[in-house]
Amino acid sequence: MTELLRGIPPLLAAHLELALVALILGAAISLPVAILVSRRPHLAEIAIAATSIVQTVPGLALLALMVPILSSIGAPPFGFWPALVALALYALLPILRNTVTGLRGVDAAAVEAATGMGMSPWQVMRLVQLPLAAPVIAAGVRTAAVWTVGAATLATPVGQACLGNYIFTGLQTRNFAMLLAGVMASAALALTLDAILAAFEAALASRHRGRAWIPVAALVVFVAVVVGVLPRAITAGDPIAVQASAAPVERDAVTHVRIGAKTFTEQYVLAELIRARLAASGITAELAQSLGSNVIFDALVRGNVDVYVDYTGTLWTNVMHRATNPPRWQVLAEIEGWLAHEHGVRSLGSLGFENTYAIAVRRQAAEQYGLSSLADLAHASQHMSLGADYEFLGRAEWAAVQRVYGVQFARSTTFDPALLYDAASRGEVDAISAFSSDGRIAANDLVVLADPRGALPPYDATILLGARVANDARVVCALAPLHVSVELMRQANAMVDRDKVSASDAAAWLLARIDAPRCP
Amino acid sequence: MIELEGVSKRYGGVYAVKNVSISIAKGQFVAVLGESGSGKTTLVKMINRLVEPDAGVVRIAGKDVRDEDVVALRRRIGYVIQHMGLLPHLTVMENVATVPRLLGWTEAAIRARVAELLALVGLANFGDRFPDQLSGGQRQRVGVARALAAKPEILILDEPLGALDPVTRLDLQRELKRIHKELGLTSVMVTHDMVEAFTLADRIAVMYRGELRQLASPHDLIATPSDDYVAKLVGLALQQAEVMRAL
Repeated sequence: MTELLRGIPPLLAAHLELALVALILGAAISLPVAILVSRRPHLAEIAIAATSIVQTVPGLALLALMVPILSSIGAPPFGFWPALVALALYALLPILRNTVTGLRGVDAAAVEAATGMGMSPWQVMRLVQLPLAAPVIAAGVRTAAVWTVGAATLATPVGQACLGNYIFTGLQTRNFAMLLAGVMASAALALTLDAILAAFEAALASRHRGRAWIPVAALVVFVAVVVGVLPRAITAGDPIAVQASAAPVERDAVTHVRIGAKTFTEQYVLAELIRARLAASGITAELAQSLGSNVIFDALVRGNVDVYVDYTGTLWTNVMHRATNPPRWQVLAEIEGWLAHEHGVRSLGSLGFENTYAIAVRRQAAEQYGLSSLADLAHASQHMSLGADYEFLGRAEWAAVQRVYGVQFARSTTFDPALLYDAASRGEVDAISAFSSDGRIAANDLVVLADPRGALPPYDATILLGARVANDARVVCALAPLHVSVELMRQANAMVDRDKVSASDAAAWLLARIDAPRCP
Repeated sequence: MIELEGVSKRYGGVYAVKNVSISIAKGQFVAVLGESGSGKTTLVKMINRLVEPDAGVVRIAGKDVRDEDVVALRRRIGYVIQHMGLLPHLTVMENVATVPRLLGWTEAAIRARVAELLALVGLANFGDRFPDQLSGGQRQRVGVARALAAKPEILILDEPLGALDPVTRLDLQRELKRIHKELGLTSVMVTHDMVEAFTLADRIAVMYRGELRQLASPHDLIATPSDDYVAKLVGLALQQAEVMRAL
């Protein structure tokens, strides 16, 4: 539990920093725009409509969209920048709308009197309109602050550390204490900012505007404590962290690496496994967890991440954009060559297990319809319902299963992967799109249907090394002989998912059951 | 001092002001009288260029106002409007100090001027109050003080007393007259209240549908109305007075 709480301050600091910079950037754009368009109703309508459209894009999608957009203009598409741009876009609407509304709501007599007294248009804006609209503008900033803090939790999948790390990891590993800690910290942050900005707004609306400095000072102190003091106070008592951050970076031998992990349990466990193996060779490592599937490969190519585990099927279709379905050995070989040639990325070969898409059914349904392979589904599927993760129904694998086996479910529903297995075991659906190494297959007593005609492509797990570490003897020696059977992987995953064991403990358990490398 | 020569203003093809010429001598108090929509406000706004005429010329002290910087021009002309337009986020003192501050006066000069003006309008102890802590009449006094802050020679009043109760109104009319004389101002006041025009003005300009129907002293207006409309207007006022007297 203390371990859990000690992880919060650095994430809280990163979260606040991100949200605040995004808020300031959003205000820096929307305030001048609002002032410029406030006198031209048509332009104001257009500006508000444009920012409203941004608002209708779901937060997760907006953040994910920033990755290809920033990438295409040559900006860093990973981590802080895409998160910042997306959140700043989010902050535009409330500030823009409130500023335009506030400026329009200013008493026309005050403006006319000021003009008649001999104020230039800019003086009227600065001395009359802006001060009178200030409380309304402050309310817009306040709304934007709460939105930004909330949406910042979605920055995790694009590789930016924030409280979303706890939320995503907690959700994926069913660690509800972790999930709750992340949610509560983010809510507390939003409420605190809201309270401070509410006081600021009230001060501006009152006769004692001079007192507005009090909430401003409170904000500065709050930010200083959260960003500057808290994380340091925590790491001060943590010799490992100090050592890690003070580790000297040598030009030749790699002494420190960044390990990436996607957003599911197996990835967390394997990342910890890699960390443990590297530590045994005297290499320190840090984890960049819960990266989006589309982001993590980019991160590897750009050197933001040095090592992570990917799956051949994903690389084959999503990264290399191949549509064919050749045999397993050929896929592996082609991928290795392509990665090395195109990106200087090294694939260490199959980890020894596959994590492929599979159709899993409830035991009761399997018995009722006599199901053991996908071929048996041809008739039975008309009476059954399918639950799938967000992407499965749109993927080539699903089309192949339908085509090859003539499968036609009566009904199909989309679930979050975190809920999918429970939905099957509780009978809400009869079959689900599952991952073959997922611990929850056994935990939820599901039956994986065989694929005798090879409709589903191979998804061999493979360790990828970025260019910086690809030829480092110690790194390669520590990781190359790693071999994990699908049974062991499934059990380790189940330990996390079902038994609430931490990912690092599951990795330690796994490490004790696989051969240790003999490195010089 | 102020000359309007053949000025016109159209809004969407309709004349708000049509070919009006008025000449106002230094120290005069002129009332522009008319019903709503008669163009009287549009006319006076041409003096401080809040409205630019489509045709005609406005001159102040012989100089075409268009040749002058509009901001500098407005700072030389005191301007009071019906809804006074006091800035609600500023104190009475800060409101009155607005134009001197824009003109870059020293703090000491501003302070002295504000004290002088608040005394002039009878609000010596109200400097630290905010507009919403004042009565309607007090606010209008602040509006007048503010208009006079930078020692203008010309004062434009656009229905300054329209929203006040009759007693306060009478008080303020007297004070305006006093201040006008004391400071040697040239004043132009828009009003739709005939009695007000008759009480305050040296000359009255009667506007009707954008046209100037008559420009004359109160006495001449009663004695020799130029047309039926002016005659009717004057007749109405006299009738009302008679009704009151007969009671």
